[in-house]
Amino acid sequence: MEEIISQIFQVGFFTAIIRIATPFVFATIGELFAERSGVLNLGIEGIMMFGAMTGFSTAYFTSSLWLGILAAMLTGMLMAALMGFLTVSLGLSQHVSGIGITMLSTGFAFFFYRIIFGQPSTLPNIKAFTPVGIPVLKDIPWIGPVLFEQTTLTYLAFAVVPLAAFLLYKTPWGLNLRTVGENPHAADSAGVSVSAMRYQGLIISGALMGIAGAYLVMVQFNAFTFGVISGRGWICIALVVFGQWGPWKSAAGALLFAMIDALQLRLQASSIIDLPYQIFLMMPFVRAMMAVEMRAPAALLIPFRKEER
Amino acid sequence: MKQTLISIVKRKISPMFNKVLLFCAAVFLVGGLAAPLQAGGIKVAAVFETPIEEPWVNQIHVALLQAKKEMGIEYTWSESVKSADFARIMRDYAEKGYQLITGDSFGAERIARRVARDYPQVSFVFGSGIGPAEPNFGVFDNWIHEPAYLSGMIAGKMTKTNILGVVAAMPIPEVNRLSNAFCSGAKEVNKNVRCKFSFIGSFFDPPKAKEAALAQIEAGADVLYAERFGVIEACKEKGVLAISNMSDQSSLGPDTVITGPVWDMWPTIKHVVTLVKAGVPTAQDFGGFSYMGKGGSYLAPYHNWDSKLPASVKAMVEKRKAEMLDGTFRADIDESAPKSD
Repeated sequence: MEEIISQIFQVGFFTAIIRIATPFVFATIGELFAERSGVLNLGIEGIMMFGAMTGFSTAYFTSSLWLGILAAMLTGMLMAALMGFLTVSLGLSQHVSGIGITMLSTGFAFFFYRIIFGQPSTLPNIKAFTPVGIPVLKDIPWIGPVLFEQTTLTYLAFAVVPLAAFLLYKTPWGLNLRTVGENPHAADSAGVSVSAMRYQGLIISGALMGIAGAYLVMVQFNAFTFGVISGRGWICIALVVFGQWGPWKSAAGALLFAMIDALQLRLQASSIIDLPYQIFLMMPFVRAMMAVEMRAPAALLIPFRKEER
Repeated sequence: MKQTLISIVKRKISPMFNKVLLFCAAVFLVGGLAAPLQAGGIKVAAVFETPIEEPWVNQIHVALLQAKKEMGIEYTWSESVKSADFARIMRDYAEKGYQLITGDSFGAERIARRVARDYPQVSFVFGSGIGPAEPNFGVFDNWIHEPAYLSGMIAGKMTKTNILGVVAAMPIPEVNRLSNAFCSGAKEVNKNVRCKFSFIGSFFDPPKAKEAALAQIEAGADVLYAERFGVIEACKEKGVLAISNMSDQSSLGPDTVITGPVWDMWPTIKHVVTLVKAGVPTAQDFGGFSYMGKGGSYLAPYHNWDSKLPASVKAMVEKRKAEMLDGTFRADIDESAPKSD
């Protein structure tokens, strides 16, 4: 028991939480933008995979990690735009289109990886991002190494949260986006283009999902493998529900999930609690399912057709 | 406008299309002519559930490529075949006249066996956790617990904290027996060793494996058995030692990876192809061909560690290895799910 307590109060545990949470924060905030505009982007899992693949390949050939991130963003935006074409322009089922986008993107990732790298006997790898300490702040005992000795992408992830809150709640653009998600007819009669707002929401979501995928292969690991997303995208869908469609709560959900994950890895390595580790993995989902007050945007999943009631 | 578009399409695309057709025809023709020249070789197909990069699958693939080069077999494969498609792909190869169909059937065990019954003239030899079936379903598996035991002995001698870590996919027999062999090898040479086991719940999630490894390192582990990708990177970052798995992975961290068990499918594939060529039925367990004695597994070369590893440790490993090869020492097979000490 002492062993696990001493481990939980170690700096490494909290550093791990932040590190694990980063991709979840990016993708969850991304999903949030799409859902607030009224589109459930189930393409998330595949978009993350495709973003990871293009990000990695670009970084591999240009030896520039940031170009890789840019490529991942663009890939995500492209696939999200396709999602927009299906669900906004054509008004098709968001569930079917989303799963379709996931399958298509995963297939693309697989296909292009094989074309580019063939079947390498050892995984091609890159030099991953390394933590960058923020001067002065990183010397604060305890908090310093946890919060201020992370990679640049992690700082960006945690800047994205207040930025998203500001955009959504403090700008006219955010008001339009939210209105389109709640009552597209009202937005339309006020002169707001529903489809333009939904496209924007989706494209932002794609960009953030692309970065989240790239983070997994360029920070948490240094090579691309096919199972690298491993359901993390689906978790983000649950985290948005968990966070009641708000950026702060969703980010808090991501942190909570990361904490449970970091904790279960430590519990497994000790022999104190003899529970199957799957129980811990299940916890955030249980919470998401128990969210009684489902405050989903009212127009979520409903395609908007201008002259239809 | 429409008219012009169509005419452009006709003008630009159709000659190109014709060229493609011509090219395809040429390929088929050449292919058709080349095929009879390869007489003597048999047609072998592999059906894999995962991408070819998966370490387990890759060892089979590498051996088959070697068989293509050295035994003149005709070899083709399908990767990432999910259970839903497994039967269709297997039947496809069987109908096309492949004499030997191999691969891994862990997730499609029953499907593979059912398909095999319909093609008694074809040999099916699959990686499997269970037994062979008459008349034509043979099995093999990664019986590499012997070098895993030897690696454990090295780890037991090299640890300073007396804590060893194992990061593995999930508690299935194939993984358990390696993890247990590693730990018992370490405990044989160092009574104070404690082993930590973490499962990541997936075969292909390097970021998670890396996190699991970092957690073990924080808890004091200083030699880690990297059953999955991702662990060696964590060890490199934190300056602790690693034991690789499945293939020689020294190149991932020459100063981090001491050695590790290597699975060599060549003896198995060579034997199976020889049997099929001779028309001998192959409904048997080929697991024995993965043992060290048959050359189906071995300890990876030390590379950089050849000069760094204490001579006494090397001598100890050599002695035990010789005993294993002589058959005077058997590494126990323990397939129960390991628990952290």
